[in-house]
Amino acid sequence: MRVMHHRAVGLGYIAISVVAVLLGTVLSLLMRLHLSWPAWKLPLHGLILPEEYLALVTMHGTIMLFFVLTVAPQSGFGNLILPAQIGSRKMAFPRLNAASMYLTAVALAVLVAAFFVPQGAPISGWTAYPPLSASPLAGPGQGDGMDVWLAAIVMFAVASTASGINTLTTIVKLRAEGMTWERLPLTVWGWFTAALLSVLAFSVLMAAIVMLLCDRHLHTGFFLPAQDLINGVMLGHTGDSSPLLWLHLFWFFGHPEVYIAILPGMGLTSMVLANFARRKVFAYRLMIATTLLIGFLGILVWGHHMFVAGLNPFAGSAFAISTMAIALPASAKVLSWLATVWRSRPQLTTPMLFALGFVSLFVAGGLTGPILAQPILDEYLHNTFFVVAHFHLIMAMAGIFGLCCATYYWFPLIFRRQLSEPLGKVHFGLTIFGAYSTFLPMHLTGLAGEPRQYAQLNGIAGPGTALLQTTTPLQLHITFSALFLACAQLPFLYNVLRTALLPPTAVENPWNATTMEWAPNALEETSPEPLMAYRGPCQYSDDAATFIAQWQPDEASTPHLE
Amino acid sequence: MLNAQAIVSGQQFWHLPRNASLHGRSLDQHLLLNLWIALALLTLAHFILLVGLAVRRRAHRPIHKLTLEYLPLAALTVLFAFLAIRAQRLWAAQRYTGADLAAMQVEVTGMQFAWYFRYPGKDATFGQTKLALADAPAGNPLGIDPKDSYGTDDIVSSQLVLPANREVDLTLRAQDVIHGFAVPEMRLKQNAVPGQTAHIHFTPTTPGTYAILCTQLCGLGHYRMQATMLVLPPEKFAAWLATREAQAGAR
Ligand code: HEM
Ligand SMILES: [Cu+2]
Repeated sequence: MRVMHHRAVGLGYIAISVVAVLLGTVLSLLMRLHLSWPAWKLPLHGLILPEEYLALVTMHGTIMLFFVLTVAPQSGFGNLILPAQIGSRKMAFPRLNAASMYLTAVALAVLVAAFFVPQGAPISGWTAYPPLSASPLAGPGQGDGMDVWLAAIVMFAVASTASGINTLTTIVKLRAEGMTWERLPLTVWGWFTAALLSVLAFSVLMAAIVMLLCDRHLHTGFFLPAQDLINGVMLGHTGDSSPLLWLHLFWFFGHPEVYIAILPGMGLTSMVLANFARRKVFAYRLMIATTLLIGFLGILVWGHHMFVAGLNPFAGSAFAISTMAIALPASAKVLSWLATVWRSRPQLTTPMLFALGFVSLFVAGGLTGPILAQPILDEYLHNTFFVVAHFHLIMAMAGIFGLCCATYYWFPLIFRRQLSEPLGKVHFGLTIFGAYSTFLPMHLTGLAGEPRQYAQLNGIAGPGTALLQTTTPLQLHITFSALFLACAQLPFLYNVLRTALLPPTAVENPWNATTMEWAPNALEETSPEPLMAYRGPCQYSDDAATFIAQWQPDEASTPHLE
Repeated sequence: MLNAQAIVSGQQFWHLPRNASLHGRSLDQHLLLNLWIALALLTLAHFILLVGLAVRRRAHRPIHKLTLEYLPLAALTVLFAFLAIRAQRLWAAQRYTGADLAAMQVEVTGMQFAWYFRYPGKDATFGQTKLALADAPAGNPLGIDPKDSYGTDDIVSSQLVLPANREVDLTLRAQDVIHGFAVPEMRLKQNAVPGQTAHIHFTPTTPGTYAILCTQLCGLGHYRMQATMLVLPPEKFAAWLATREAQAGAR
């Protein structure tokens, strides 16, 4: 049997993400429509009930974080580009690679099936805190729906662990001759660090889920106190533990997971900025170090999600310090990006614009991180829309901008066709406007006190409605902006479809890139010529007129094609 | 209309609700300081980015990493350290020590989807509760043990009624799942976790009616798990308490 080629595997992953992002977007728009017009009836369905709203929240978060932001950058582009970028013609374990991709697809199908089991999808959010997630008594969707959800996440975790091992082995073992660690593009360092984190984090998540399944079906009490009374029924289990154990295990996974989603994008941003600025990445070695440092510190900060969860207040102080510390390597990255483009008069191509957008969104979302890292301030902000704004800017939007950048940048390499630049620029302009217009105001509704995961913001007797009603005009603005942001993707879809129907036209290496994937024979499946790396990436002449690519032996330097 | 006072207090520009607690003033000041700094840095970063794109190309001069990377990084380190230390002082003041011994004691219990508030009554001691005895329709949602004489005078209320300007020590509990006890206008938030108790203390300063919200996803009725905190002038509070104690005594 012929083993699936790694680029086919990569495209499979991308296809999974495309399905997931379409679905996740629809779910998010339904939430916004319901929040702004609670009496609105979804055609063919009717009113959106509170438990259905929470099912939307849970599934939107799970689908987007796992199946879009983890799958597409790490596994999708990891397979499409990574081997060529290190000068390899294969992944270390091709069969495992294909199996991981199919398992991820099955995991998505299983996850979506949760909508169709009796009582529907789970309602406990992507963090699934017990006891809410430990017993069907706790609410609709917490029975079969929760089991299906947990099964899907276990499958996803197995696939991600396998894929992480594959990525690590590939980078360690299959680098071309001359591709030393210091010559690796920063994208590879991003994939490498994210793979390390995947292996560490997903194995802990799997263990936690197995324990939770035991609590659900075998009457253990890993995450339950001795006595727990839900819905008038005393849970019949043995053991006396605490739900806080789940929070520790979950966030030990959860925080590294959000970095898995962004590290490849950070690496790509560095490389694309340097590519179009026709310069070396500023402080290259420091960028390698900060990538690894972010990965390392990322496993020491999980308690910042638990400042008011019932930890000892001294623990809060300790996690505040480690969290503040991680802001420093993140800032070092931003400084390097600014210095790389400073007075470079870069070509503002579509991939460059999305990389600049990534910087902008990363700064906007990142600056609220150190605010949330201060326990006394998090006491006010925790679980409000301020946090929702933070992570949608830094993770969701920056992540999506990274993916758009990757798509526009590598499309000519993979498909030998170039996406339309004018359409791409329209797509960029509308998307960055929509992103800020949607997520900046969420800081304000959060500061006004709006909690996340509220199915309804008014109509409850009491002072809560008076408090939350102050946000109504902003709510409407956010809903319209979210609709706008979704529509802003139409030029992109049109661009891809239109280009797919054109005959192949793209020139070789249209961006004058210097990394190995653009070498003329890099994508050939079997070639007698092994790939060789002669130097580090981004070697442009001072006047930006010529460059020497990683694959070129010393003599020749290529003039610009323009 | 933006007026200077409201910007400084953060209500108009940043949409913060009014603050009615003693510790909230310094918390707000620190929060606003953080927000303005973040906004300034956001502006600065975009200014550098856009200017860097706009001005004409300069051949890559080997500027030392020190100026562009390590100096700004050192400045940010100092800034973050300054903010973290200020925040730590406030956190320590609020959390490192318990409430004053003279603080008023109220127990808060969360359950799907209601809050109950228990006062210890004349004997200043809470009666024992047993989860197995909890029965809301029968009028004993907290499961107060009738055999424990300390419990007979306990007052259970669905509103949190407090006197202004007296410190309160809240004991937080949950019966079923994790709930989040939050009072935005008191700048207060702490989770109630089943199987354990948490304490939080604060001093309300301004009489009024305030929203208590659940801020930890707890099930389908999460959004309506709201209650009212009523802060009264001390005399009015004393009158309210006397009435409730008399009712409890008559039981
Ligand atoms: C400057 C560095 C960062 C700092 C200091 C920081 C700090 C924090 C803190 C303290 C929280 C907890 C807020 C709360 O729940 O009350 C938080 C939440 C979150 N952060 Fe960050 N963050 C940073 C960067 C990032 C990055 C790079 C990502 C992802 C790419 C990210 C994604 C998230 C997510 C998803 C949550 C919310 C999780 C949830 O509750 O569902 N953050 N962040
Ligand atoms: Cu985190």
